[in-house]
Amino acid sequence: MALKDYIRQRFFPHIWCPGCGHGIILNGLLRAVDTMGLDKKNIVMVSGIGCSARISGYVDFHSLHTLHGRALAFATGVKLSKPELNVIVPMGDGDALAIGGNHFIHAARRNIEMTAIVMNNRVYGMTGGQFSPLSGYGTMATTVPYGNIDHDFDVVDLATSAGATFVARTSTYHVHELAELITKAINHKGFSVLEVLTQCPTYFGRRNRIGDASEMMEVYKKNTVRIGSKKKQENPDLLERGIFVQKELPEYCREYDNIISKARQK
Amino acid sequence: MHDAIKFIQGNEVCVEAALYAGINFFAGYPITPSTEIAEQMAVRLPETGGKFIQMEDEISSMCAIIGASLTGHKTMTATSGPGFSLMQEALGYAIMAEIPCVIVNVMRGGPSTGLPTHVGQGDVCQARYGTHGDHAIVTLTASNHHDIFRMTIEAFNIAETYRTPVILLLDEVTGHLREKIEIPEPGKIPLTKRLRTAVKSGVDYHPYLPREDGRLPMSDFGDIHRYNVTGLYHDMWGFPTDKPQIVYGLIRHLVDKIENNTPKITRFRKYYTKDAETLFISYGASARSTLHLVENRRRRGENVGLLELQSLWPFPADIVREACQHVPLVIVVEMNMGQITKEVKLAVDDPKKVFLANRIDGVLITPTDIRNTLRVIQGKGV
Amino acid sequence: MAKPALKEHRIERQWCKGCGICVHFCPKKVLEMDEEDKAFAARLEDCICCRMCELRCPDLAVEVICETSGNNETPDKDQGGGNA
Repeated sequence: MALKDYIRQRFFPHIWCPGCGHGIILNGLLRAVDTMGLDKKNIVMVSGIGCSARISGYVDFHSLHTLHGRALAFATGVKLSKPELNVIVPMGDGDALAIGGNHFIHAARRNIEMTAIVMNNRVYGMTGGQFSPLSGYGTMATTVPYGNIDHDFDVVDLATSAGATFVARTSTYHVHELAELITKAINHKGFSVLEVLTQCPTYFGRRNRIGDASEMMEVYKKNTVRIGSKKKQENPDLLERGIFVQKELPEYCREYDNIISKARQK
Repeated sequence: MHDAIKFIQGNEVCVEAALYAGINFFAGYPITPSTEIAEQMAVRLPETGGKFIQMEDEISSMCAIIGASLTGHKTMTATSGPGFSLMQEALGYAIMAEIPCVIVNVMRGGPSTGLPTHVGQGDVCQARYGTHGDHAIVTLTASNHHDIFRMTIEAFNIAETYRTPVILLLDEVTGHLREKIEIPEPGKIPLTKRLRTAVKSGVDYHPYLPREDGRLPMSDFGDIHRYNVTGLYHDMWGFPTDKPQIVYGLIRHLVDKIENNTPKITRFRKYYTKDAETLFISYGASARSTLHLVENRRRRGENVGLLELQSLWPFPADIVREACQHVPLVIVVEMNMGQITKEVKLAVDDPKKVFLANRIDGVLITPTDIRNTLRVIQGKGV
Repeated sequence: MAKPALKEHRIERQWCKGCGICVHFCPKKVLEMDEEDKAFAARLEDCICCRMCELRCPDLAVEVICETSGNNETPDKDQGGGNA
C-alpha cells in the first residue's frame, strides 16, 4: 500500500512545527507497518499527552489518545484483553519517563508484548519548552533559565534494568535503521522499547543554540555510533545506536493463558 | 438444583455479582478494605476465561479497565478512598470518552489514609465531584448482601446503557460483613449487553453520534471500524475539536444523558413511609442501623419510616421531595458530616425540618446513636 | 544490479512546511527551496533515487517514484552517505 493509505489525510498538514522529528518517526513507523504487511484493523496506537501524542490521531489504525503519562497503562488493558492486537505506544520523553515513569518500568518488568517508542526530544514542547527528565545537566529550558541542574535518565539503561526484553536506540537521521528497528520492536514477542532521538528545533534546538532541524540531525550523525563501533572506544562520549537487548522471556499474555488453563483444571 | 446459598463477605458478593453480570476484565491494586474483591477476582476470573491483573497503582488500574472496555469487555476495578483519589483523573477520561466500566469504592474513614480498617461514608461527594470539570455521574450503593448483588449488576447494566463509568459505593461494614446470600439462577436478573453498531464495513461510523434514544452504539478495537478515542472535546468521529458549538453539544450530551434519566437510574427502598411522621433517609451500613431502629420504634407504635437510597447520584431529588412532603421531621443518617443531608435540604420545601444523625469516628453508627439524636431533636433528652 | 531511474518526484506543497531537511541532506543537491519556502526539485536529472528526501521528510510531503529493471530494492543502505 502507499504510505498515504495508512494515514488520516484530512488532518494534514499536521500540527508539528517545521522540521519536527516526530514527523520522521511517523514516516518510519508507517514504512515499518507497510513492510510487515500488518492489517490496519489489528493495530492499536495508544498515546499519552504532548506533541508526541498527536501521532495517534494521524494514523488510520484504532487510536487511543489518553492521559499524560498513562498510555502504557491504557495499552496494558487493551493488550491483555485482546492479545491478538498489535499495540504500539509512542510517547514523549516527559510523557514516558516523568509522569509516566512508574508505568514505564512496570510495563517493562511485566514483559507484556507491546512496543513503546520513546520519542526523545529532551523537552516539553506542547507547553512551550520546559526541561524534561531527558534534557540533561547544563541544558537550557524555560523552567531552568540559569541552566539545568537536573541529571537525565539513560532510556536504554533504564529500560534494560526494568526488564524490557527488547531495547534499542536510533535517531531521526538514521531513517533506514529507524524503520528496521521499529519492525524488529513490533515483531518482538515481549515488551520492546525503542528510543528515537528526535529534534525539537523550536524549543530545544533554538534555546540550546544547536541550530535548525538539519543541524540537529547532523549532531545525531556526528555524536552517535553503531553498537560495538571502534569509534566509541576512542571517544566514550559518543552515544551508541542499535539493539542493546533482545531476549526471550515468558510473555505476560501467554502466561495468563496458562493461568486460565490452570484455573479451569481445578 | 442451583447450588447458590452462600455465607460470605460483602466484598465477595460483589465479585459473584460482577461475574453474574459478565465481567471479563478486572484491574486493581490492593487497598484495605477492598482487597478481598481483587483477591477473589484473581481466583474466579480465570476460571471463566476472564483476565485479572494487579497493576502498579490505582491510576493504572483505572486506565487499564478503560483500555479493556474498548476491546469489548465488561470491566471493573475496586478500591478505597486513597486509591479512589488516584482514579479521579482516568474516571474523568472515562466520562469524556464515554467508556462503560464499574468502579467499586469500599469506603473507609478519611481524609488521606485516615482509618484504613474502619468504616466511613465520606466519599459520597468525591464520587460526585472528585474529577475536574462539569460532569454527571452515576453512583449506586447498598446496605446488605442481597442489594450488593443487585446493585453490582445494576452498575454494569447502567454503564452499558449510558456508556458511562458507574461508581458503586460500599463501605467497610457492608464489604466485610458476612451474611447469607442466595445467588440467583443465571438469567433470572436481566443483563444489559453492550450495544454494538450495525454499521457495515466501508460505511462511515460515528462512535460519538448519539441515536435518537440517546444511546451510542460502540465498535470494539480490533473490529472493522477504526476511530479515535480521546479525553479532549471531540467530534462525532472522536477527533479533537474546540469548535464552540461542538463543545457545547458534547458537554450537554454528557450531562443530560445522565441527569435527564434520573428517574430511570434512581433506586431506593421504602420502609413504613406511608404514615410516617418522622422519616429517616439513609444508605449503606448506616441504613442497616436505621432500619433496626425504625422496626423497633414501629413495634412501640411510633410512626417512623425509612427511605433507603440505593442510588446517590444523580441525586433522586424528586423521590426525596415527595417522600418528605407531609413529614414534619426528616433525619438523614450517614457516617460523614452531612454530605447527603445537604442534598436533602436542597430537595425539600422546608430545609429546617431536616436534621443529621451521624458518626464520624470510624465506628458504625448504632440504633442507639440514632435514637439519641432523635430524642434530642424532639426535646426529650437522651 | 540495475540502477533505478527516476519516474516521478512529487512534493505535496500543501503539506510541506519548508524545514529544508530534504534540501540539506540530498547527496546530489537536487532540491532547493522556492520563494515561498517550499521544497522543489531543481535538478531532477541529478536524482539517483536514494529516496532520502522522502524518508526524512517530517511532513510526509515527498514521494520519489523510481523504476528499477528487475529489482525494486532501494539501492541505498548507508543512510545517504555518512552513516557512522
